[in-house]
Amino acid sequence: MNIDLSLYNSIKNAGIDLILSLPCIMLKDLLTVIEERKEIQHIPITREEEGVGIAAGAYLGGKKPAILMQNSGLGNSINAIKSLLHLYRIPVVFIMSHRGAEGEKILAQIPMGQLTLDLLDLLDIQKFIVNSKDDIKKITSAINTSIESKSSVGIVLQKKLWSN
Amino acid sequence: MKRFDAIKKIVMALSNELVVCNLGSPSRELYHIEDKERTFYMLGSMGLASSIAFGLAFSKPDEKVLCIDGDGALLMNLGSLATIANNKPENLTLVVIDNSSYGSRGNQRTYTSGRTKLEIIAKDAGFESITFIDSEDKIDKILSSLGKGCHFVLIKTQPGNAKVENIPLNPEKLKERFMKSFSIKT
Repeated sequence: MNIDLSLYNSIKNAGIDLILSLPCIMLKDLLTVIEERKEIQHIPITREEEGVGIAAGAYLGGKKPAILMQNSGLGNSINAIKSLLHLYRIPVVFIMSHRGAEGEKILAQIPMGQLTLDLLDLLDIQKFIVNSKDDIKKITSAINTSIESKSSVGIVLQKKLWSN
Repeated sequence: MKRFDAIKKIVMALSNELVVCNLGSPSRELYHIEDKERTFYMLGSMGLASSIAFGLAFSKPDEKVLCIDGDGALLMNLGSLATIANNKPENLTLVVIDNSSYGSRGNQRTYTSGRTKLEIIAKDAGFESITFIDSEDKIDKILSSLGKGCHFVLIKTQPGNAKVENIPLNPEKLKERFMKSFSIKT
């Protein structure tokens, strides 16, 4: 099975029923699968912080939301993660492509890319790094952890996941 | 009319809506006027009231959701208008109390005191139902008459905050109380 379909299946089977997304070139095929299958409700958003608000509202309404974004969006969401999600203890699953990591050709991606994993630690968001096809099973445990502990988690998809 | 007067009239018009209220003075004033379990008071994350309300309306299509937002807060999250207008929940009323100032932060002027009109932005973002209210007497009647749909209502008021206490509720308890208020149907 191809990588994007495996990612999709683990997200769906773990119970995510709403995806809020901003595009990233690394997530292009996954977004296509989400759009084509129409099994998980999907709302494109305009900014990641907005997605945190929508996800919080959807959680209050009984959904299990995830935000699909580029790691740059983590920076756009910091205040909302702390003063909305953590304050009220509202769990949201962040699934992010990791631009600016090793092998990055676009200079502008590098500063945020280098900060991303430390930033997740600093924000007190448990991180699950997906490097390989074998790592995709971590997604299930990440989402279960989030649901059970009512805490937000970060699933970080590395570029090499697609190159193996 | 100040924000406090407008909120009093909004409360009069409420039937059984779930309410999401902008942080700071608006939430404190609403709490002081009438505290309800079906209200989600924002305590942080300025700008996200309309997003939270939209997420709630989207996931609870059988409930009516009313959002009380402010001009300064909405200016921080204008993209939300595009998201809401394009997804068009049939159960959401976004009320913006526009006092042209950052009321909770010292009453500095916002750009709606100048050339910016949020009701025009909302219309061009794609909202089909736009209502502009500048008279206190009309709030109750207009809000009560809105049927199913995705409505944008702007209430123009003077700046100024009522002197009311902080909300004495723990955030996590507040969330649980809110969720419980509509999860059990009788």
